[in-house]
Amino acid sequence: MSAIQIIFWFLSALAIVSALMVLISKNPVHSVLWLIMVFFAISGHYILLNAQFLAIVNLIVYAGAIMVLFLFVIMLMNLNTESEPQKNLWMKLAGAVSGGCLLMILVSLVRQATEIGNKVAEMKVGNIGLIGNLGKLLFSDYLVPFEISSVLFLSAMVGAVVIGKKN
Amino acid sequence: MPIQYYIILSLALFCIGIVGVLVRRNVIIVFMCIELMLNAVNLLLVAFSKMHHGVAYLSDKLTTTGTDAQLFVFFIMVVAAAEVSVGLAIIVMMYRNTHSVDVNFLNRLKN
Repeated sequence: MSAIQIIFWFLSALAIVSALMVLISKNPVHSVLWLIMVFFAISGHYILLNAQFLAIVNLIVYAGAIMVLFLFVIMLMNLNTESEPQKNLWMKLAGAVSGGCLLMILVSLVRQATEIGNKVAEMKVGNIGLIGNLGKLLFSDYLVPFEISSVLFLSAMVGAVVIGKKN
Repeated sequence: MPIQYYIILSLALFCIGIVGVLVRRNVIIVFMCIELMLNAVNLLLVAFSKMHHGVAYLSDKLTTTGTDAQLFVFFIMVVAAAEVSVGLAIIVMMYRNTHSVDVNFLNRLKN
């Protein structure tokens, strides 16, 4: 087993266990912290795939900004008392069984698909994930979506302020 | 790594997100599970971009196949950030009106 494989399996196990802990934790603050662990594991996968720009953006935007926003809202609501109303056991079981059935069907589909049977996600070749290549494309072909996203941010900001205002 | 491993990892994360949306009643946890699903899709997009780049690299060493997928991931992150800001504002407003984060309170909307 090479070092890349060991890192891959470690990061995969970390991501799945942390994602499960997001569900299992009773305290919402713990859920946020476990979700940050998931984001770190996914950023590790991006680095492994040589997508360095996305790895650092994932850390800055998701783990840095969005999760802090979640933490602020949780602390604003004072939810860290463990008084969350629970669904009854049958509803939980039904949710878990339906999600497990979906996972089983999709995994069996993937295992049967012959088109992707011998395809490999290359780890060592290519430098398309570096910021130089992505920036050239972003400011040439994708310039209009880039500018539209700034308008989207402005409208989201105004909308959040208007919604969050009292009355 | 074989692309199947990445597909199965992403599917596992996505299904964990679905189970979270179905099982939990705290609306913030439901929202976090939606973020988890978005990240699973992002990981799959990056893996597929490297897969196609690896195929194109064999014939042309200077190919830029696959940069589009990584920019898609970038735009998904942009939209997710905007979505989170508006969604959390809605949750705060809902909490101010009902003093609860239980999603079952939201069925008052139908009256």
